[in-house]
Amino acid sequence: MIHVNTKVNGDDAEFLCDTRETLLDVLRERLNLTGVKEGCGTGDCGACSVTMDGRLVCSCLVLAAEAEGKEIGTVEGIANGEDLHPLQQKFIEYAALQCGICTPGILVATKALLEKNPDPTETEVRYWLAGNLCRCTGYDKIIRAVIDTAADMREAS
Amino acid sequence: MVEVTLWSGLRAFAGGHETVEVEAKNVGEVLKGLVAAYPGLQPAIDAGVSVAVDGRVIANSLTEPVRPDSEVYLLQRLKGG
Amino acid sequence: MSLDDVKTSNFKFVGTSPDRPDGVDKVTGRARFGADAQAPGMLYAAIVRSPHAHARILGIDSSKAEALKGVKAIVTRADFAEGLEGENWNILENVMAGDTALYDGHAVAAVAATSALIARDAVKLIEVDYEVLPHVTDVDEAMAPGAPIIRAGTADASVPEGMHPNVVRYHESGHGDVEAGFKEADLIVEDHFKTEATHQGYIEPHACLAQLGGDGKGELWCCTQGHWNVQKICAALLGLETSQLRVTASEIGGGFGGKTTVFIEPVALALSRKTSRPVKLVMSRSEVFRATGPTSSASMDIRIGMKKDGTITAAQGTFRLQGGAFPGAPMEFTAMCAFACYDLKHVQQIGYDVLANRPKQAAYRAPGSPMAAFAVESVIDELCNQLGLDPIDTRLKNAACEGTKASYGPRYPRIGLVETLEAAKAHPHYSAPLKPGQGRGISCGFWFNFGGETSVTLALSEDGTVQIAVGTPDIGGSRASMALMAAEELGIPYENIRCTIADTASLGYNEVSHGSRVTYASGLATIQAARDAKRKLCARAAAKWGIPEDAVKWEDGCALPAGPNAGKFPPMPIHEITAEMGATGGPISGHYEATPEGAGVSFATHIVDAEVDAETGKTSVSRYTVVQDAGKAIHPAYVEGQYQGGAAQGIGWALNEEYIYGADGRLQNSGFLDYRIPVASDLPMIDTVIVEVPNPGHPFGVRGVGETSICPPLAAIANAVSAAAGVRLRELPMSPPRILAALDAQADG
Repeated sequence: MIHVNTKVNGDDAEFLCDTRETLLDVLRERLNLTGVKEGCGTGDCGACSVTMDGRLVCSCLVLAAEAEGKEIGTVEGIANGEDLHPLQQKFIEYAALQCGICTPGILVATKALLEKNPDPTETEVRYWLAGNLCRCTGYDKIIRAVIDTAADMREAS
Repeated sequence: MVEVTLWSGLRAFAGGHETVEVEAKNVGEVLKGLVAAYPGLQPAIDAGVSVAVDGRVIANSLTEPVRPDSEVYLLQRLKGG
Repeated sequence: MSLDDVKTSNFKFVGTSPDRPDGVDKVTGRARFGADAQAPGMLYAAIVRSPHAHARILGIDSSKAEALKGVKAIVTRADFAEGLEGENWNILENVMAGDTALYDGHAVAAVAATSALIARDAVKLIEVDYEVLPHVTDVDEAMAPGAPIIRAGTADASVPEGMHPNVVRYHESGHGDVEAGFKEADLIVEDHFKTEATHQGYIEPHACLAQLGGDGKGELWCCTQGHWNVQKICAALLGLETSQLRVTASEIGGGFGGKTTVFIEPVALALSRKTSRPVKLVMSRSEVFRATGPTSSASMDIRIGMKKDGTITAAQGTFRLQGGAFPGAPMEFTAMCAFACYDLKHVQQIGYDVLANRPKQAAYRAPGSPMAAFAVESVIDELCNQLGLDPIDTRLKNAACEGTKASYGPRYPRIGLVETLEAAKAHPHYSAPLKPGQGRGISCGFWFNFGGETSVTLALSEDGTVQIAVGTPDIGGSRASMALMAAEELGIPYENIRCTIADTASLGYNEVSHGSRVTYASGLATIQAARDAKRKLCARAAAKWGIPEDAVKWEDGCALPAGPNAGKFPPMPIHEITAEMGATGGPISGHYEATPEGAGVSFATHIVDAEVDAETGKTSVSRYTVVQDAGKAIHPAYVEGQYQGGAAQGIGWALNEEYIYGADGRLQNSGFLDYRIPVASDLPMIDTVIVEVPNPGHPFGVRGVGETSICPPLAAIANAVSAAAGVRLRELPMSPPRILAALDAQADG
């Protein structure tokens, strides 16, 4: 077992893990952050998307031990208490989710996108999200929600 | 009497007939009447059937009424995804 | 119910798209899906699966696994009920192999351990002695003389003599005299089509948490489209009394038909019974592909005759579907849906259900219909091309309408195919000029829709707010639709209503969420339960006012005198009645338990533009429009979502998705990298047109909308690709290798 010190959504977190456990395993099973979803375990679906020191990663492809000294961001950290992030509000308003299993990963990914690029084109949003599978919506309402949120956030800033 | 139209795959079990007349006031009696007339239809009915009465597809209810002039079709059991 | 009883206008809430009640849970990560549950003392399970497509199991040696520290129990087939028959027997055979493994991935044993890692290690230590048998995975090969016999004696009485034992069911239907009809035709097109198996591809793998004691009492948490069905099957497979097993449906991360049966739940229960501890079992993605229920693959022959003016004179189809190593391929639906869009004097359809060494197929969105539409609508397109006819006008000329004798038998009540075709014709997409290299395709599609057993309870709280308990898991926003229908009926704000999916101990029986039945059947039941509650509310007001019950009516959330003779009383709002309900006769709830039988069939017409890169064989969909009859759209944004989602899944089926088996009978692409579902950058925006032709069988005119949307895309895209590439594509998926092969064959020919 390895002892790991990390920070998750701004809070210190420490845990013991097996060398084979992934960051996803630990977030879900040891830290009870089950908003992070496992859809494939092979980095193909993006449901487990988190940020590590600000960089978007599939937590199923990161070993838990690699989180040592890093700052991890998950879907649970997007809202500020009761105040939803504009992306979260817009996803509800636009009916941009059906079953909702891909939604945490897509929100983490799009938040990372808007931090890098506050004015993405439709094509840029589509390619940025090409690693986040959604099987219910056909992506249409997701793409619209992201573009509209970006416009709102630009106006607000 | 109610005239019941079978799907053509069932003719082999109904003496070559595609329609069978049965005495019935509801869907359950239609199914009983068919088996009474042609016992060979029992396995197909047990495997699951729906009954279309005047264009409405009845998937389950044996109590749905049937009139003598109703258009009645036997269909294979419906389900979906 | 006649159309006169259907409310079609003056809606206050229905037809709006408010935020869904579970929205905040879903965007914050709070929503609890199948794999998100934990229990004290919980063990983790993993399953040993056959690496062979077909093999006799000679022995299972689990001694090394049992010796591993942390391993608590191992189960095999011996740990399940004996003497099962019919579908329960087939499900048990699929859940855990008996003496023979029937496909690559078939479960053979399972282990429970103190951690997921130990469980996975233990799986590798279980030694299974196999005698490998010959296998077959292709539907045509499985029917051919000399094909390996998969399960002798499975065929039922419907199968004509002389067929291979792998043909286990036969269907034939139609009417008229097709040969006479073909004689009237100016042109007959006959062609052969194949579609590969696809997977529903829900992003959430199957997951459950089971607890079962030696006293036969159990609790099960799982992601499912139908927890009463899970309860019934698990009880049978484990030899329990049904009511002693309480099943709770978690939030469900997609189903599309694939979560209408059980795969891992009985295994987790058996392990829990053996260890007296809760057991969690979660499938890997690879297990989902190898060992849940993909669609059938199909081999189809279509023959259609047409006059020069576009009138179809006769239509004939033969549909061979393999559904894995078990009976149940939905070939009768393929056959019955194939020509359902058209008014035909002479039509015949034949279906074969064929066994192959593949996993047991499960339902996938309008099971059986999309492949039929692909074959039939491709031939109609070819006829239009050869006769120089407009594809929409030709379909309008032959379109089924009210009173048409359906290809599957009965006469149609009020239906909306013509309206979808007319809306498609009028849509700017249909008249937009195509760019060089693009092709445009049209297709219609049909699905029956379904009713099924349904129970709803609508309970009033003292403050006048409302809780609705429904039993159909919410797979696409249905809780919002239920709350809208209850708000409409009760005349109270949408926000004052909370809809919950009840567990099996808290509500009467409910059929699975399938067959596009939820908004229709649970919706109807919600409306009827609200009406029941309104009658009771009116009775309380009547008692208070001292007037007869029938002198009170309900309007805008208040009881009020029905007319001037009833007396003069101010409107009594719902919260005033409920505030004192304990003292005026007791708690008030509305109920409805029935099997609604008025589901309305639905039709769609899709328009698609595609372009093909002749160098690489890659197809791009450049524009897509869905036109579909919803009957009545309760929550239009989620109806659009169903249309868009069905189209996107259809695009995947048409262009990329397929099960690829090697010569060894093993599945070669059991992951999302190689089984490629559409990603955001593959798709355009998907335009939608909601047509509303009310269904007389629902109080607000609702038809199901979830399934029909996947019926037209396969053919619409094939027709667009064939136009763009200048060559007819007859096999799905139209992946780059297949497109290049078709282009090469044409260049050679």
